[in-house]
Amino acid sequence: MSRASDLAIRTRGLRKVFNGKVAVRNLTLEVPRGEVFGFLGPNGAGKSTSVKMLLGLIFPTSGEADILGRPAGDVKTRAKVGFLPEHFRFYDWLTSAELLKLHGRLYGMSHARLRERVPALLDLVGLTQHRDKRLRDFSKGMLQRIGLAQALLNEPDLIFLDEPTSGLDPFGRRLVRDIIKAQRDRGATVLLNSHLLGEVEITCDRVAFIKDGEVVETRQLNSEREEKTTVSIRAVDVTSEMVKGLCQWAPSVRSEAERLTLTLSSNAVLPEVVRYLVAKGADVYEVIPQRLSLEERFLEIVGSDGGL
Amino acid sequence: MGIWIMAGVTFREAARKKMLWMALAAGGAFLILFGSGLHFQAKDFAAHGMSPVLRREISFAMVTMGLYAVDLLAVLMTILTSVDTLSGEIDSGTIQAVATKPVPRWQVLVGKWFGFLAMLTAYIAIMVGGVNAVTYLMAGVTARHLITGCLLMWMESLVLLSVTFAFGTYFSTLTSGVLALGLHGLAFLGGWIEQFGAITQTQRAVNVGVVASVLMPSEALWRRAAFEMQSPLANAMRISPFSTLSVPSMAMVFYAALYLAIALFIAIRRFSQRDL
Repeated sequence: MSRASDLAIRTRGLRKVFNGKVAVRNLTLEVPRGEVFGFLGPNGAGKSTSVKMLLGLIFPTSGEADILGRPAGDVKTRAKVGFLPEHFRFYDWLTSAELLKLHGRLYGMSHARLRERVPALLDLVGLTQHRDKRLRDFSKGMLQRIGLAQALLNEPDLIFLDEPTSGLDPFGRRLVRDIIKAQRDRGATVLLNSHLLGEVEITCDRVAFIKDGEVVETRQLNSEREEKTTVSIRAVDVTSEMVKGLCQWAPSVRSEAERLTLTLSSNAVLPEVVRYLVAKGADVYEVIPQRLSLEERFLEIVGSDGGL
Repeated sequence: MGIWIMAGVTFREAARKKMLWMALAAGGAFLILFGSGLHFQAKDFAAHGMSPVLRREISFAMVTMGLYAVDLLAVLMTILTSVDTLSGEIDSGTIQAVATKPVPRWQVLVGKWFGFLAMLTAYIAIMVGGVNAVTYLMAGVTARHLITGCLLMWMESLVLLSVTFAFGTYFSTLTSGVLALGLHGLAFLGGWIEQFGAITQTQRAVNVGVVASVLMPSEALWRRAAFEMQSPLANAMRISPFSTLSVPSMAMVFYAALYLAIALFIAIRRFSQRDL
């Protein structure tokens, strides 16, 4: 277990009931500082409610939540937090530069710092030429970009991004990925709430699958060596003795013509498997690891009905 | 600090809303109409050789009528411009980006309240000043105890503003608007029942009016303002709709101040404790 000071987010038995309907059943979670953490789950799983409880927008029915070592909702801690709501809405009569200045002032930033940050952020999200345009004339994607800029204004230690890529074109999505990477590189923690599993898979260090307001599984991503993997090998001259021998690494081995299908406990043993086959006289032409994709795992966990 | 940032943005938002400018345009049209009426009336007075005392009294009555219209406009302005600010932003989620900033929620609400206060102060000052300027130029009279009367009208707006805020923390925009206007309508009706009860010396009708003023003291503040601003002769006339027969006491003014504070407190408390 991590020390409390190393954690950006820590919840214990967090629960929220709206008019007798359970939105979040029992959320227990730990997110270390500096991690990009994905929150996955079907519609109505309680992801947004959980994020709002962490931000102090919604008061939990029971349980506890700390962010950056302080109770969720603590006013001072909010100075170190950035938030992009799922549907970013703000006073649409403001221009994009005015919006950022207003948010900066709410963060308590000085005029001097804002003079530096506002143009830099408008540039980062590609809105420099729209700095004097009113938000009411913005497209959905542009609103998403300016929302992202306001979430980064104060160089936060913890950033909540609720569906940041919805409404964005592929360039926008790429931008969000790059921004998240840059935030991780400077040591910030990012909690990413997204339906786009491909985006999450590329971006996150770890994900939690949420169903019915509970974490049903957390999974480390981008750690090839740790994952249970299915491997497809095309080799000739494989004897039944060799197939039996493979069982020392793979509990399940299937052999069809020139194709061997093995389920390995870890990717780390794959070189040993190949060496074994070659040493026993087989000719290996192809080795294809077939990791269970996040989408497959997601469907496996929440069911094909999307949890509805 | 958060209070003044929110007050500033709320004032700017109100100023950028079409409704404010439409209300000012309607107010301007009203002043032109009012001035024209006074102008022709003054001409008729001169043609008929009316006594200066009667002429002065009628002019005073015109000022009161003009200020009554301003009061109604201010009531509508107060409720219609502020009804959306809390419930609308909660419903749309606009409040989320603000409420997650390092500013306590009570400061967000009080800041918004001050923003509307500034806008309504400017509106009432312009309109009351306009009516008095017109009557002074046309008939040489202004309201008696103008500052006191103006402050009471201003206070009436603030009572309604606080009540609208309190409703806005509980209900949707439409419900809040209906409730705030309905409550003022109740007070308005109660005020007239009280006046007629006083004219016809029906104590139970007067009591109905007093109960209505306790439920919502906005109209009572206007009647006190009218009493302060119109001429002593008009106050004494039983046929005047704002006669002194049933003038709200200073105790009612203090009660209204307490009512305002409680409504604002309820709004702050509810806004600080509710889910957004």
